[in-house]
Amino acid sequence: MIQPGTMPYILAILVLAVGVYAVSCKKNVVKIIVGIMIMEHAVNLFLLLMTYRASEAGVVAPILTRGQDAAAFAATAADPTPQALILTSIVIGLGVVALMVAMALRLHEKYGTFDLSRIRSLRG
Amino acid sequence: MVFDPTVAVYALIAFMFLGSIIAIEARDLLSTVISVSAVGAALSVIALLVGAPDISITQVVVEVLCLIVLIRVVVTRQDETVDAHPSDAATAMGLAFAAFLVVVCAVGFVGLRPFGQPLLADAKVGAGTMGAQYLEQSFASTGSPNAVMGVLLDFRAYDTLGEATVIFAAVIGTYVLLRKVGRKNA
Repeated sequence: MIQPGTMPYILAILVLAVGVYAVSCKKNVVKIIVGIMIMEHAVNLFLLLMTYRASEAGVVAPILTRGQDAAAFAATAADPTPQALILTSIVIGLGVVALMVAMALRLHEKYGTFDLSRIRSLRG
Repeated sequence: MVFDPTVAVYALIAFMFLGSIIAIEARDLLSTVISVSAVGAALSVIALLVGAPDISITQVVVEVLCLIVLIRVVVTRQDETVDAHPSDAATAMGLAFAAFLVVVCAVGFVGLRPFGQPLLADAKVGAGTMGAQYLEQSFASTGSPNAVMGVLLDFRAYDTLGEATVIFAAVIGTYVLLRKVGRKNA
């Protein structure tokens, strides 16, 4: 059923599943933030794997170097569009993590714990 | 003989998988934070192997910043609830949901292009795809030899403007949450 060519994608989804497990089961706020970071890494990995192009010239980055033939470059280089979108996604991930960490610090300041079940029962 | 990164990519994804399991199961929050940074470092090496040096550089920089921010939250706070175990039912539900996700993706990925042969490498329709057009026209129409930067800063510059807006909103939100001045009952 599973084609051998799509095996790396399924491995990337396995990493995503670890993040899903962390977000849905862990009670520590820091562990949940880490789970969201793992999910970000897994999705970026999945998109990154789709850009790779195996060619007779080996791995060619989408950067035109001096003296390189433009037609040969266009025929062998990796896909630049997902790479540009992953760059955007990585930087936005940093902003999201900073915001989540700020919320965790405020929670700890108010309740004195990172444990979500205790924070729920405190009713502040 | 050309370099084939497939085996190295498999090994690094296995490393990412193990690193993320260690990150979420570690007792000590500091080891959690360092393990998730190791996962990001592996991702940057994978980016280097599959021909994406821009992503690799950005990932390293962002990973270092994330590590600093997370160590700030972990080291300065006392956390006495590390041993809080989730209930068995919650663990079973989480595992079942994760397994369901993997099965759905394994079934859904059957029609996907195999690893190493994206759509722009297709003999029939490849030349008409967006990626192939960007590769052909990037240097001539934007002057940037780096096709990724040509896409990011010229063809899709409005996306980048939106990204800057999101980052700005996140910075403002972080500042509002962490400020001390002007808070009534700090």
